[in-house]
Amino acid sequence: MNRLLFEKVGRAKFISHLDLMRTMQRIFIRAGVEIRHTEGFNPHPYMNFALPLPVGTESVCELMDFDLTGQEPLPGIPERLNAVSPQGIRVLDCYEASRKFKEIKWLDISAVMFYDKEIPGADQVQALITGPELIMEKRTKRSSAVVDVRPLIHSAAVLPTEGGLALRARLAAGEQSLTPAQLISAIAGNAPAFAPDHVSFRREALYDSDHVLFR
Amino acid sequence: MNIETERVLSRVQKPARYTGGEYNEIVKDKSSVDVRVAFCFPDTYEIGMSNLGLQILYGAMNAQSWIWCERCFAPWGDMEEELRRASIPLYALESGDSIGEFDAVAFSLGYEMAYTSVLNMLDLGGIPVRSADRPSLTPLVFAGGTSCINPEPMADFVDLFVLGEGEELDIEVLALLRRAKREGWDKRRFLQAAAGIPGVYVPSLYEPVYNADGTLKEVITAPGAPERVKKRIIEDLDTAFYPTRAIVPSTEIVHDRVVLEVMRGCVRGCRFCQAGFAYRPVRRHSTEFLLDTARAALENSGYEEITLSSLSTSDFKGLPELADGLLSWCEPRKISLSLPSLRADNFSMSLMERVQKVRKSGLTFAPEAGSQRLRDVINKNVTEEDLLRSCRVAFEGGWNSLKLYFMLGLPTETDEDVTAIARLAGKVLDTWRQYAANKSRGIRITVSTSMFVPKPHTPFQWEAQVGIEEYLRRVKLLKAGITSKSITYNWHEPHVSFVEAALSRGDRRMGAVIEQVWRSGGRLDSWSEYFDFHRWMEAFRVCGLDPEFYVSRVRGEGELFPWDVVDLGVTKSYLARERRAAYQGAVTPDCRVKCMGCGANCLLERRACDE
Repeated sequence: MNRLLFEKVGRAKFISHLDLMRTMQRIFIRAGVEIRHTEGFNPHPYMNFALPLPVGTESVCELMDFDLTGQEPLPGIPERLNAVSPQGIRVLDCYEASRKFKEIKWLDISAVMFYDKEIPGADQVQALITGPELIMEKRTKRSSAVVDVRPLIHSAAVLPTEGGLALRARLAAGEQSLTPAQLISAIAGNAPAFAPDHVSFRREALYDSDHVLFR
Repeated sequence: MNIETERVLSRVQKPARYTGGEYNEIVKDKSSVDVRVAFCFPDTYEIGMSNLGLQILYGAMNAQSWIWCERCFAPWGDMEEELRRASIPLYALESGDSIGEFDAVAFSLGYEMAYTSVLNMLDLGGIPVRSADRPSLTPLVFAGGTSCINPEPMADFVDLFVLGEGEELDIEVLALLRRAKREGWDKRRFLQAAAGIPGVYVPSLYEPVYNADGTLKEVITAPGAPERVKKRIIEDLDTAFYPTRAIVPSTEIVHDRVVLEVMRGCVRGCRFCQAGFAYRPVRRHSTEFLLDTARAALENSGYEEITLSSLSTSDFKGLPELADGLLSWCEPRKISLSLPSLRADNFSMSLMERVQKVRKSGLTFAPEAGSQRLRDVINKNVTEEDLLRSCRVAFEGGWNSLKLYFMLGLPTETDEDVTAIARLAGKVLDTWRQYAANKSRGIRITVSTSMFVPKPHTPFQWEAQVGIEEYLRRVKLLKAGITSKSITYNWHEPHVSFVEAALSRGDRRMGAVIEQVWRSGGRLDSWSEYFDFHRWMEAFRVCGLDPEFYVSRVRGEGELFPWDVVDLGVTKSYLARERRAAYQGAVTPDCRVKCMGCGANCLLERRACDE
């Protein structure tokens, strides 16, 4: 199994997951890098993404698995793909995958929370999310439950920045997860005055259960 | 991208259509170009990016080092609301700069229902909608495209029209604009000079005068402006710009594939078809050009589908060789080839078999009329026998989905012609029962009708539209005739066609109606979510114009038309002759059988038609 590490930043952050798959497929074709197709009635290129990225979120740590059909040297692949990629999508590395995506347990995110009116104190916001508990209503399609999401936050730091607050946090990823958007709504739910008017998110890094960088 | 735009994008549906940054997008240094053009398409990104003309002209303009052409599309309602609330002007995708800052704002006008979006986009860019309210040279607002063959309804808003094919003409206009900018000309001087470029129509140099009955009496032409403006064509298609590095959208669009234009014009002469007359004379690309272009376009895009484009691809001489050449390259690469616009008459088994090896899609035939009598009237030279033979071939080949398109309200149509549509669909079903290779999967036959819209520059330009109520009566009649569960009948709403009929044969007074509709909230009128018939009728009332005058009136043979100023090559007397032939039910052979002297050959200087 081959793995790509790539970033999706700037304008490209608005490309949806479905569109990203199509875009990636075309990048491979343009680069002349042949990848394995699925078998069956309607064959399509096999591509497996670690964690689908929400529209509007940047990332510098996206992972995608695929199989080369040929015996091409992996180190040359990023350059070939980057030569034919749209703005904002850049392959950083290509290597033989040794670990499974389900080993991903933590995710570092950064976010800028923008406020049109009064910017709350960074310390207060940090105190809220790193306090003893953080209760929120977590909704799924079928049900909703009031839960303490504090255990899903490994660490968090909030600092003042231009127009708002800069947040860095390590959040649970995978099966038991807290998405950055959920963290923001937990903040807003507990302290309406801390609710930002706009947030821009970025995924920074992936980790396993021992907080070792996953790649 | 600045944070304000980013905030807006995080709140709208499908934001990728407003970001730019796609592969093959062209970015230049704005300080090093002489002319910046915002190429505006008055419909959504998904529609506009599927338009071959846009991709051709974007590439042709950007091939000039001194021009930077960028794209701009009509925002969907949610995006428009957000832009207005955040006071962000409508911007071009490449640079993010407001279209109001550009030297030229160029609109592609393919159909009448996009007119209100033109006004809306200008307004969103902070540009006054009326030409008279824009005293300075820039931004120059110009327009081209099929519906400009009657430029009058948009004459109040557009500074100049480019008529015909734009690959060379657009650049000539922009070269003049460059000179005017350098030498500090005012707008008036520029427009006077532009009127001297063949193919340019400057509406402010023409003043219509009306008779008491509302018809056009005469047009007073300013000194220096040509009495009639002859459309421009590319004589040798192989030498004109054709994109092999088209922009590949990062989000799904309507036609998400390589489009290969094989020829322009059509030899057929169906009397209802505006495109058939507007794009004459027939010219073609060479097979070598097409094979080279197809390979390059596929390699540079990463698309896995290519489609051949023309008004009637079956009439492309050497289609079997072209299809063979393409398939031998495409098949090993899992690229599928689609062949739309095939005629039911020369639909060949071998060609279909070759194409469907890669993928099998639905089949569509457009007999247009149900009876042979009416097909003769409209000169749609396809017989019932042809159609059923083609269906037989298709069913034997395993196809089990077929669409049939018809028009209701064609000149001379009777109830007998209407019910003939149901009978024809029934015969198609019988053909399936008799010849289908595999009946277990069933058959889906879809019959669609739309209300006929008489268009300028066609033999039916004198005709009345049938009217909404009469159309609906015929729909009911047809519906009653369709009894099989295997046949689905869809009819298009007639209200849009009614407005389209008014706009397509409108005169300059129609501008007030378009503006009124826009001011009362109209835009994106080709979308049912936005189209409001009542709003249009109210605007006619406010402007003191009767829509029936434009829609439901049979014109006299001698009447001067607002679009007569546009010379497409095809003469008015030829169109009148064709109209008389229609009433006699006399068919006109295609151009290859016999030249009927339509006049379009006068546009060619160095060669004959169809060479």
